[in-house]
Amino acid sequence: MSLTVDGLKVYYRTLRGDVHALDGVSFTIADGEIMGLAGESGCGKSTLGNSLIYLSGRMKYIEGRVEIDGEQLPIWDFSAMNEYRLKRVSIIPQYAMSALNPTRKIGKMTAELLRSRGVAYKSVVGELLRRLELVGLSEDVLHRYPIELSGGMKQRAVMVLSTILDPSLLVADEITSALDVSTQKAVMEMLSEFRERGFVKSTIVITHDISILYQVADTIMVMYAGQPAEKAAANVIIESPRHPYSRLLISSLPEVGVRYDEKRLVGIPGTPPGLLTPPVGCRFSDRCPVAFEKCVEQPPFVEVEPGHFVACWKES
Amino acid sequence: MTPPAARQTLPETGQTPGRPPLAADTPDGPTGAKEAAAPNSSNLREALHFALRNKKLVFGLGITVAMLLFAIIGPSLAQHDPLAYGGKLSWAPTGRGGYWLGTTLLGQDVFAQFANGVRLAFIVGALGGGIAAAIGMLVGFTAGYRGGIVDDILGMLTNVVLVIPTFALLLVIAAYLKVRGIITESVFIGFTSWPWAARALRAQTFSLVSREFVGLARLSGESSWKIIFKEIAPNMSSYLFMMFILLFGGSILIAATLDFIGLGPSNTISLGMMMQLSVQNSALQLHLWWWFLPPGLAIMAIVGSLYVMNVGLDEVFNPRLRNM
Amino acid sequence: MLKLDNVSKVYKVGAFGAQELVAVRDLSFQVSAGEVVSLIGESGSGKSTIGKMILQLSPITRGTITFDGTDVSRLKGRALKDYYRRAQGVFQDPFSSYNPIFKADRIFKMIKDAYFSGVSRHEWESKLEASMDAVSLDASQVLHKYPHQLSGGQLQRLLIARALLLDIQFLVADEIISMLDASTRIDVLNLLADLKDRGLGILFITHDLSLGNYISERTVILRHGVIVEMGATAKVFGNPQHPYTQMLLASVPQLHRKWAEIEADLLATPTETDGQRRPISHVDTIAAVELDALDSALVEFESDHFVRRSGALAREAAGATTETAT
Repeated sequence: MSLTVDGLKVYYRTLRGDVHALDGVSFTIADGEIMGLAGESGCGKSTLGNSLIYLSGRMKYIEGRVEIDGEQLPIWDFSAMNEYRLKRVSIIPQYAMSALNPTRKIGKMTAELLRSRGVAYKSVVGELLRRLELVGLSEDVLHRYPIELSGGMKQRAVMVLSTILDPSLLVADEITSALDVSTQKAVMEMLSEFRERGFVKSTIVITHDISILYQVADTIMVMYAGQPAEKAAANVIIESPRHPYSRLLISSLPEVGVRYDEKRLVGIPGTPPGLLTPPVGCRFSDRCPVAFEKCVEQPPFVEVEPGHFVACWKES
Repeated sequence: MTPPAARQTLPETGQTPGRPPLAADTPDGPTGAKEAAAPNSSNLREALHFALRNKKLVFGLGITVAMLLFAIIGPSLAQHDPLAYGGKLSWAPTGRGGYWLGTTLLGQDVFAQFANGVRLAFIVGALGGGIAAAIGMLVGFTAGYRGGIVDDILGMLTNVVLVIPTFALLLVIAAYLKVRGIITESVFIGFTSWPWAARALRAQTFSLVSREFVGLARLSGESSWKIIFKEIAPNMSSYLFMMFILLFGGSILIAATLDFIGLGPSNTISLGMMMQLSVQNSALQLHLWWWFLPPGLAIMAIVGSLYVMNVGLDEVFNPRLRNM
Repeated sequence: MLKLDNVSKVYKVGAFGAQELVAVRDLSFQVSAGEVVSLIGESGSGKSTIGKMILQLSPITRGTITFDGTDVSRLKGRALKDYYRRAQGVFQDPFSSYNPIFKADRIFKMIKDAYFSGVSRHEWESKLEASMDAVSLDASQVLHKYPHQLSGGQLQRLLIARALLLDIQFLVADEIISMLDASTRIDVLNLLADLKDRGLGILFITHDLSLGNYISERTVILRHGVIVEMGATAKVFGNPQHPYTQMLLASVPQLHRKWAEIEADLLATPTETDGQRRPISHVDTIAAVELDALDSALVEFESDHFVRRSGALAREAAGATTETAT
């Protein structure tokens, strides 16, 4: 399976105008690739992930093309997307484990979800049980209410549920943020395992935690203010990032073994621009240490090395 | 006999701990920051913008204000004393002799009674609703803020008052007090209709107490009551306002019901009593529509417009209910 | 400066408090001036409860907390107000810490009204300026604004500035940067380090080991309300002895080493547990090695490095130390 996104623009409607949450994103994901989508709050990563599956009330599709296996995804059409949801593309939404209906047992909820997709519960229950066992959950999870399960258990149940119909693309939106560090590791390793076993073909992992992407993702795309800043193989992003934002971001991350009196880390001064009226040109230029005159013009997202894309005049 | 429960409309503003950094690109708040939902100046302006455009609010408020004006000036416009048996019996409302709404079977001025009744309705609403609100706030805030055993005790008290059969109680009181005025009735209503308000406020207080700014206020040396009234209550001011409106309308309804079954004040005529007397005196069979229709319509108008106003207010205060 | 002695927190749950829930059990540790102690634990470990107990926002069930020799376990009224002049807290959610209907700088006004009512406006303003400088905030950017108009980082720094206005000696920082963006986190962290250099004692509560490692001199590892390991940060992180600590370190996603590598390293260094030398591999091992808090004790493994061992090992170690002492 391959995913191609070309010039995707999705804005949010607000009282004060349209917020340019996603302003021209283009990238490809190959078959079996786990791509990490990293960035700080407001960068558009959640909007990107969500728009591929489910354009909610306030989101407005402006332009852009999304193709999955060469076939165009009609993301602007809510009912047309019904055909694809859960079967071709699936999402583990942010706060999924807190969003489980507290009055439904897990099994009942699963049956209802599958029925809404036109799939009989009986036809998948065998596979469902196998997969639950794989992630370390016993069958009686299906007979429990969400409140009886721990955070990690709920997250794992949601992961199994989202992938039960073997979607080609899985979007995982901040699935580890509210979890303990040991459960985080288990959940991320599970993501890898799902790919190994063919439950999903490709995955987009959205998170603000770059170090966890390094562990599991093949490639990482760093976003800033609604636009992509850099995309490359995971270890390349970590070890030799080229975009000034990625550089500063990576170098501001504390690590076990690094103490502040040995190596004092520095943050990035300033704040990201407001997206109601986004600035012209490179959106990082006002915080960038190496900005120069050309930065008033929007830098294109180009391939500077095989598989390594950067949106910076200094690097292209 | 309890008024319809207010919808829990305190808008959500807080994130729970353990969530990832506030993502401004999630569907809730893409303006780069969260939408503050409690009133402050920019929000008041926004609220006013919506308030003036909300049909329900404008309609409800209009009728309520009109009735209030009538309550204030109506009785002085009446040509006769409400209890005076001056006029002819059962006159239709032709306006003869200053009897604009005709007379009752016993020769009393319907308009005078009506105007007086509307005024009494507002008094009962304000006093009864006010007392119920005050007690409800006291009990609800204390139970919600203190928690623990205080909450348990106050909860028991609330439950006891809730299940007291008010009719039976009122019958007993009526037997002891030969003369009962509108004040007595209002006080009685106030003291028996606060439980649901206390419950609702307790729940809202609970949710606000766990917010960290309350902890910060304690760390700044603020005393408990100061915290309740300066930090917590203002945060649910829209809720308190709507709750008072509901209690107001509820009191009027309860008073009308009590009056209708004969447990009303003994020294004056209220709208409910007009309806009681008219039914007792076979006004329905005698087609004396001017006697029972105006009070009934007035009660409906006042209480109905209050509730409609409340629904409108709900939409104004809670951004989520607005149609974009 | 701040010392906890056998502090426990027991909740009464159920109808009329018939059952007990032990959140924190028999905790003892201390924080000195000019020192950052990280309190590391996952959810349910009780770390936030400890912060709240120290700040008297939650009552202590058993044990004592002393601050500079004074017992501050159960303060009320005037004494509590005085205590808050010397010890303050900053919490996790910056947006929840501000009353949304007031402007952000109201937090300063609250302090002024409570503690500095006699101070002249001019003097107060210079105090404010000094505090804002100390946290690197531009007063013109943040004053007279509502909380939702400011960023999380600015809000947290304002809270620290508020605490500094009181000339505090001790600060409880409860997960203060977990809700901030990566680029602002490090600024707030560096700020804490600066304050520490100026003599402030800080209890840094977090679930993130890399942060604890970056900023603290000493570390306390908490699990289910019980200290499992504590001591100098370098020793606890460099040579973890308790299986839980090792499991935590193995699970932290690092930026230059994959999990498989880290696990292989740990597997190569077996450790002593329950008297048997056993390699540590996975989370499940922890359950198997569950040390009953009632029959265990903190044993000094090396200087400034304590590990919780089960009863038998603890007694053995205690016996050994008495032998060496005599």
